[in-house]
Amino acid sequence: MSTPVGKRGGTRRRLLGAVAVVVALIWVFPIYWMINSAFLPTNRLRTPEPTFFPFSGTLSNFRRVLTDSSFFDAFRVSLEVTGITVVVAILFAFVAALAISRFRFRGRKAFLITVLIVQMIPAEGLFISQYQVLDGWHLVNRVLGLSIVYTAAILPFTIWMLRGFVSGVPVELEEAAMVDGLSRTRAFFRITFPLLAPGLVAAGVYGFLQAWNEYTLALVVMTDPDQRTLPLWLQGLVEGNRATDWGLIMAGATVISIPVIVFFLFVQKRMSAGLVAGAVKG
Amino acid sequence: MLAPPTPEATLVPPAPPRAPVVPASSTSARPRRRRLRGRTGPYLLLLPALVPIAVGLGYPLARQFVLSFQEYGLAQQFGRPAEWVGLDNYTKLLTDPYVWGVIGRSIAFCLVNAGLTMVVGVALAVLMTRVGRFARTTLQIGLLLAWGTPVLATMTVWQWLFDSQYGVVNWLLAEPLGFEGMRHHSWIIEPLSFYLLATLIVVWMSVPFVVFSVYAGLLQVPDETLEAAELDGAGAWQRLRYIALPLVRPVLLIVGLLQVIWDLRVFTQIYVLQRAGAPTRETHLLGTFIYSLSKEFGTAGAMATIMLAITLALTIVYIRRMLREEP
Repeated sequence: MSTPVGKRGGTRRRLLGAVAVVVALIWVFPIYWMINSAFLPTNRLRTPEPTFFPFSGTLSNFRRVLTDSSFFDAFRVSLEVTGITVVVAILFAFVAALAISRFRFRGRKAFLITVLIVQMIPAEGLFISQYQVLDGWHLVNRVLGLSIVYTAAILPFTIWMLRGFVSGVPVELEEAAMVDGLSRTRAFFRITFPLLAPGLVAAGVYGFLQAWNEYTLALVVMTDPDQRTLPLWLQGLVEGNRATDWGLIMAGATVISIPVIVFFLFVQKRMSAGLVAGAVKG
Repeated sequence: MLAPPTPEATLVPPAPPRAPVVPASSTSARPRRRRLRGRTGPYLLLLPALVPIAVGLGYPLARQFVLSFQEYGLAQQFGRPAEWVGLDNYTKLLTDPYVWGVIGRSIAFCLVNAGLTMVVGVALAVLMTRVGRFARTTLQIGLLLAWGTPVLATMTVWQWLFDSQYGVVNWLLAEPLGFEGMRHHSWIIEPLSFYLLATLIVVWMSVPFVVFSVYAGLLQVPDETLEAAELDGAGAWQRLRYIALPLVRPVLLIVGLLQVIWDLRVFTQIYVLQRAGAPTRETHLLGTFIYSLSKEFGTAGAMATIMLAITLALTIVYIRRMLREEP
């Protein structure tokens, strides 16, 4: 259903177009408001009438965020946890996806069912025993502990997603290369692997988003204020201010959103393509 | 990285899938090396993924299940051995009308939110296929920004939008729209408007994912099919209802399933709004309720098991259908 360019019904198309633009504006308003407020000093936020445009705004809120050492502590923790989680999960999921889509073996379907069901286990119903298990291994308040739980949490979906991509590359391509005299290993890395790169990128971004944004498990596992991830830091900012300092909080929210949004704008097409591939193909 | 498949391994087409579920533990005496490598290959590939899943999800899940039959409170956390109490934790929970209230609220919240998200999401996806490039790109960017922004960042924005003193929403309602009474209205103090706000936030956050997935699916519907239907006299609505939507059904299924799962276990939005000053007891849903039980591991374990059972009950139909479509 590629978007047909209107030969007929031009008026209706324009009308629908207007609706789409209005919906877009409504959807984006909270984000706009976040950025707008981040540029305003507190005395201009606490007025009877809201300020809609940050004319002659200030950068002081951003300056306060970026000179706060607790921000950088949280940034470091988030970076470490996200890095470990993404690298490990992608590697493991990729190998598992290969097994599922390139082999028929006993227990394959059982594994697929497990992957599906595991995705449904409500993490929000599991955090207490996850905390206990990590506590028993002295991994509470440790980057490693949080990374283990995150990796486990994103693996099922990542496997599901990569499976679609791997199935999308016909085995015949590899076989043709083998006929031309390449070993299976070399045929795989020369032919199939490059075709899978977009899928790996998509899965990597998915993992990045999950780990960077996760709040619940971090709340339970990282209780030490020095080991907070960025979402915990931001929530701490909200609760730490008695007379809520919205300018500072909005600047903090903007700062932690920037890497995610930038990343996102680049790769979202591949991400939804990956999901559809996983859902439609066997 | 582990080695890619070895030449001896069975490749996709030849071997038909064998009886599922039974792992290949039985060793046959037939041609040994070949069989073994062909058999262990895929299992070796699965192993790295299985280990973290088992450690991070499987073991906690099993442990939680065991805990749910034990008395495990503060005393036990300080070293007293846990006592087996059979179904006590379950009976205690399931005979408490308050718990049923939480369960009912959670299911209602889940169905309303998942339903709204799907309706709005599918509608916007269809809208995207019907508009010109400029409008489509604008809508895509708007949704992307909402989707990409970290949950905690957007939660703080929503709190600020609905701030009772200086929030822009109260100002909009009071000034241009003339609802004077809304000027200092607190949205989170009453359960009903608390859930209204939570629904608004959850739907706003979840719709983009649905739109992009369904839109990607709709793009795969072949033009010829739609044109043929049009020649046969099918209107736009009929083409959508009887051709396009059935063809993207697998996408609708998985996306709908994920919405139900996510909305049943919604935690962050509820928790953050509660911390902003809402009455917690009246606003608990399953996730926050379990969290609030966290000093009583045994009871919390039982509640979590109940929650898992509810999730399964709500999704079993989907899962069976998806499995049937699995080759």
